[in-house]
Amino acid sequence: MKKLIIALAATAATLGGFSGGAQAADKTKVCFVYVGTRTDGGWTQAQDLGRQQVDKTFGDKVETPYLESVPEGPDAERAIERMARSGCALIFTTSFGFMDATVKVAEKFPKVKFEHATGFKSGPNLATYNSRFYEGRYILGQIAAKMSKKGVAGYIASFPIPEVVMGINAFELGAKSVNPNFKLKVVWANTWFDPGKEADAAKALIDQGVDILTQHTDTTAPMQVAAERGIYAFGQASDMIAAGPKTQLTAIVDTWGNYYVKRTKALLDGTWKSEQIWDGLKDGILTMAPYTNMPDDVKAMAEETEAKIKSGELHPFTGPINKQDGTPWLKKGEKADDGTLLGMNFYVEGVDDKLPK
Amino acid sequence: MRIELERRGSASPLFSVISPILSLLLTLVFGAILFWLLGKGPLSALYSFFIDPLTEVWSLHELAIKAGPLILIAVGLSVAYRSNNWNIGAEGQFTLGAITGSILPVLVPSWHSPLVLPLMMVMGMLGGALFAAIPALLKTRFNTNEILTSLMLVYIAQLFLDWLVRGPWRDPKGFNFPRSLDFSSDAVLPPLLDSGRAHASIIFALLAAVLIWFMMRYMLKGFEVTVLGRSERAGRFAGFSSRRMVWFSLMLSGALAGLAGISEVSGSIGHLQPSISPGYGFTAIIVAFLGRLNPLGIIASGFVLALTYLGGEAAQLSIGISDKVTRVFQGLILFFVLSCDTLILYRVRIIFGAGKTLAEGKH
Repeated sequence: MKKLIIALAATAATLGGFSGGAQAADKTKVCFVYVGTRTDGGWTQAQDLGRQQVDKTFGDKVETPYLESVPEGPDAERAIERMARSGCALIFTTSFGFMDATVKVAEKFPKVKFEHATGFKSGPNLATYNSRFYEGRYILGQIAAKMSKKGVAGYIASFPIPEVVMGINAFELGAKSVNPNFKLKVVWANTWFDPGKEADAAKALIDQGVDILTQHTDTTAPMQVAAERGIYAFGQASDMIAAGPKTQLTAIVDTWGNYYVKRTKALLDGTWKSEQIWDGLKDGILTMAPYTNMPDDVKAMAEETEAKIKSGELHPFTGPINKQDGTPWLKKGEKADDGTLLGMNFYVEGVDDKLPK
Repeated sequence: MRIELERRGSASPLFSVISPILSLLLTLVFGAILFWLLGKGPLSALYSFFIDPLTEVWSLHELAIKAGPLILIAVGLSVAYRSNNWNIGAEGQFTLGAITGSILPVLVPSWHSPLVLPLMMVMGMLGGALFAAIPALLKTRFNTNEILTSLMLVYIAQLFLDWLVRGPWRDPKGFNFPRSLDFSSDAVLPPLLDSGRAHASIIFALLAAVLIWFMMRYMLKGFEVTVLGRSERAGRFAGFSSRRMVWFSLMLSGALAGLAGISEVSGSIGHLQPSISPGYGFTAIIVAFLGRLNPLGIIASGFVLALTYLGGEAAQLSIGISDKVTRVFQGLILFFVLSCDTLILYRVRIIFGAGKTLAEGKH
């Protein structure tokens, strides 16, 4: 007992020496709010790599604090407000569900700059940025149609918002460009981040007979299930090859870093403006992970499609396209405009699911 | 050398006083060691955890927002637990109260009247109480275990809310996102002061705590709760009905959880969405026990737990420790409080040498 007390006293005595940690006041703070943990292997990890790129690029000039695992709802508003009050000059809120909270805090702090990922509400000090994920998903669809023996893929979806519906449609359109009879089954996990639910969804899809998996959720759980069951899968948001070295065909990788660096530079130069950015493969905000575990001809096809999308020669949403019920949507050669894509709430023909209404 | 716990003849008045202080000190010391091992300055970490959130007015508002539902629910639970009815499903009653309380703003958004808010609060309490009546019915009628039934009803309530906001109650203009339409200003609990977001939920909580404290201390009902909780047989001899107590305690705790639910939705969120609580109903169980099932103690413990949430966030931002540390820290507090409470009923004896005591002989 005595020894314990002495040990405690000694610890208490040394505490003073370790406290402190003065902060440099002249650094510009560029802050990030994450919905998941920054090691989720998916969405948030990709965001955090972007943050680290900002950190490396600007070195001593910029500081990049972040908050992780912030729930969407009232806690998000507090978290964002805390950042605004702690001296952040630019705050990236990196999940769709942070939209209303970001809008509220942005109105309260007109001098702080805000950027919200994938949302549709903006303001004088609130920019939005998004990535044309559907371009990558179209390529995934093509690969799936080549690699699937059964002609059916499974899609683990999060929420039936336009963003996700657009991705499902792009995948199906890509697949149909290779195999017109290709079918796509969808399971709604109703979460962005929940390894357990995502794994369950993956198992349910495989039990329904799909032999390729793709996902619009944040963790590597589906990839791991696919690896266990011996089918192919696509990574999402981050390169998930580590979770499935023999399983991942490719991944659509979010490479936010360049964008974050660009916006941070604008902030430092005093040229930051509120904009609504929707960049794609050609801008480098989206990258395809190496094409692996597939024959050379499939790889060649994927690379060709990627090049065509980058050059603007190919737009995934080009007619003729029918809606799910067979009614025509786009005429031959007609391209969907951005507004229609961003409000998309219907499936294209071939998706084997009923869109939750 | 051996350490033994020996039951005291009666609760030690000295340790009743010392125990909370001792547990707080131990938490601070071990918390400091934890931060030191993580390579962070222990004092600055403790400062940002416990002091920093209290230094700014807006942050105090946030503290009240976080503490409100915790205290409100825990006060109700304290009555249930004192009467030996183990309502574990406050999270579900919270959710159902939020749903029934939202009927008006979601289904009749065009009705503007000063009556809307009070009606919402009453309907929220009713919803929570009725939902808690299910385990009460099952217990009194079929003698089922209310721990299991109330807990499982949590998932039913959450999935019901999930279904509502994806289906019939979804905002048609909400881009398919699962949420109801925004409540009109008549249906939103306004901020109490201009300086921050805190709304009436903290007032409800403090009021409920004082009323329940008064009831437990000065009213026959409170005596009934205590007697039936300690010994059902003794209660029956005194003419109290343990069946009625099941109904009373569960529905009271359900009503307060329901009120917490609708206050949170109306005051902090402003619409319904699939997830409306970061686990308030479960955390409130900890709050209730930290407050020793005493409503006034619960006020204190509610604020302490709320503080650890805010402090965790502040520490994450200012010194970059992970949010997981917050949970470890909350665990530390609970662990030390419970283990120090042992000292109230037991005394520690350190026995030197071997083979001299009765206990030893049994081995």
